[in-house]
Amino acid sequence: MDKSLLTKNFLALLARFLSGSSVRWIDSQPDTCQRVYFANHTSHLDAIVLWSALPQHVRSLTRPVAAKDYWTAGAVRQYLANQVFNAILIDRTQIKVHQNPVDMMVREIGHLYSLIVFPEGGRSSGPEPEIGEFKSGLYYLCKRRPDLELIPVHIDNMNRILPRGEFLPVPLLTCISFGPPLWLEAGEPKGKFLERARQAVQRLREMY
Amino acid sequence: MFDPKTLGLVGGVLVLLTIASAVVHVLRQRADSGLDAAVIETFRLRVRAWLMLFAVVAAAFLIGRTATVVLFGLISFWALREFITLTPTRPGDHRTLFWVFFLCTPLQFVLVGFSQYDDLYDIYSILIPVYAFLLIPARIAISGDPKRFLERTAKIQAGLLVCVYCLSYAPALLTLKLPGDDQSSNARLLFFFVLIVQLSDALQYAWAQIPSKHVIAPSINPTRTWEGLLGGVTSITLIGAALWWATPFQGSSWWMAAAMSTVIALMGFAGGLTMSAIKRDRGVKDYGTLVEGHGGVLDHIDSICFAAPVFFHFTRFWLMLTQTGPPGG
Repeated sequence: MDKSLLTKNFLALLARFLSGSSVRWIDSQPDTCQRVYFANHTSHLDAIVLWSALPQHVRSLTRPVAAKDYWTAGAVRQYLANQVFNAILIDRTQIKVHQNPVDMMVREIGHLYSLIVFPEGGRSSGPEPEIGEFKSGLYYLCKRRPDLELIPVHIDNMNRILPRGEFLPVPLLTCISFGPPLWLEAGEPKGKFLERARQAVQRLREMY
Repeated sequence: MFDPKTLGLVGGVLVLLTIASAVVHVLRQRADSGLDAAVIETFRLRVRAWLMLFAVVAAAFLIGRTATVVLFGLISFWALREFITLTPTRPGDHRTLFWVFFLCTPLQFVLVGFSQYDDLYDIYSILIPVYAFLLIPARIAISGDPKRFLERTAKIQAGLLVCVYCLSYAPALLTLKLPGDDQSSNARLLFFFVLIVQLSDALQYAWAQIPSKHVIAPSINPTRTWEGLLGGVTSITLIGAALWWATPFQGSSWWMAAAMSTVIALMGFAGGLTMSAIKRDRGVKDYGTLVEGHGGVLDHIDSICFAAPVFFHFTRFWLMLTQTGPPGG
């Protein structure tokens, strides 16, 4: 076992312990086939917690999509993003035609990796944050790669562990639910698809 | 370290647990035993939780006091996690919760741990009821969110009091100055306490299985009956009396151990029922529904939380009456 794998496993265990997370797979199984895990977004730690909730063999093939400005600020974050999570960093400030994030994701995953995305765009906040409207990136990604399995994920309580604007976490317990896969139907309109995906996350939340 | 009394107590418990495990094992094998499968499953989980708890307390004999205090501190921390997770708080409470988790909780156990012959009692017995009690609402007020202010404050205070303050009295039993002045009698007192609480829980549950049920509060806990309470308390009183030789109350007489056991059983009952009420209000079966597969830490220690401070203070009071001068002096 090489050193980076050891670090990865250690960090995943640490994240599991610190977030006290229980993981539920509802009508869904961990698999190494190419997938897009899409989840609600309330905290900077969401990506880490979701990533650590996956079994090790799945985790090593799963790359979170994260904001470049946040994850390149400081050596620690940079190390984590590049060496540990193998993150795909998206420049939120400079989205241009020739460096479209969807192109980049499709290029980076090839025919091997899975993705973790937060389609709400930003973090929702408040005591009981609603799951916001999904951005269209998820739709365009599926349009390019309709074979990708979409797994809805609901992360509970992270908004209480590390709310917006706070830097010290409170050690509450999280619950991460993985739902049944869905796909982009042929000819499905954008708005309908995005709403269907949002509802899938919403349903997991209500099952809690 | 291992005097005959301690060996007798620990060995007895081990024999009892082994028998219990064997009985559960046999019952699970035989589906036709006529007993409800859910009842057997509950018993199996309890026996397992017992083994874990007694492993913790056995550490008091083997590693020493510090290890025991640290272990109880960790249990407290986890129980508080479960409690606050199920309690709705608002973003304005975030920094208060940070202090509650990372200052109040460790400090309480540090003070208990450093207490020698009861000398820090004056500080740790009021740290949470006075200082933390006042700190919590003040800190929430500073954050400037008035919505449901009193409710949020009360919930955090209650969590801290039950999960941390009350539980810390269990390891605090190790700091009392007992007659005879040997360390193992303190460890034995804690062991006796945990044994009686857990046994009383199990006995109340067992007695509640007899027919003609009079459920005490059906909407709070359908398994707790008057028969269970009466039978459980009576039998635990007898068991406590039979164990008088292991307690520091032997200097008094056997009925003191019996009376203390009655108090522990009643408080344990109160703790279980209270925590059930909180759970019903929050709409969950176990605090452990968050940690899937097994009941939460709080589900197993609810009776200890209620019984510990009362048992501690009754014992302390008894010490004051039987010894010349206050226990500290």
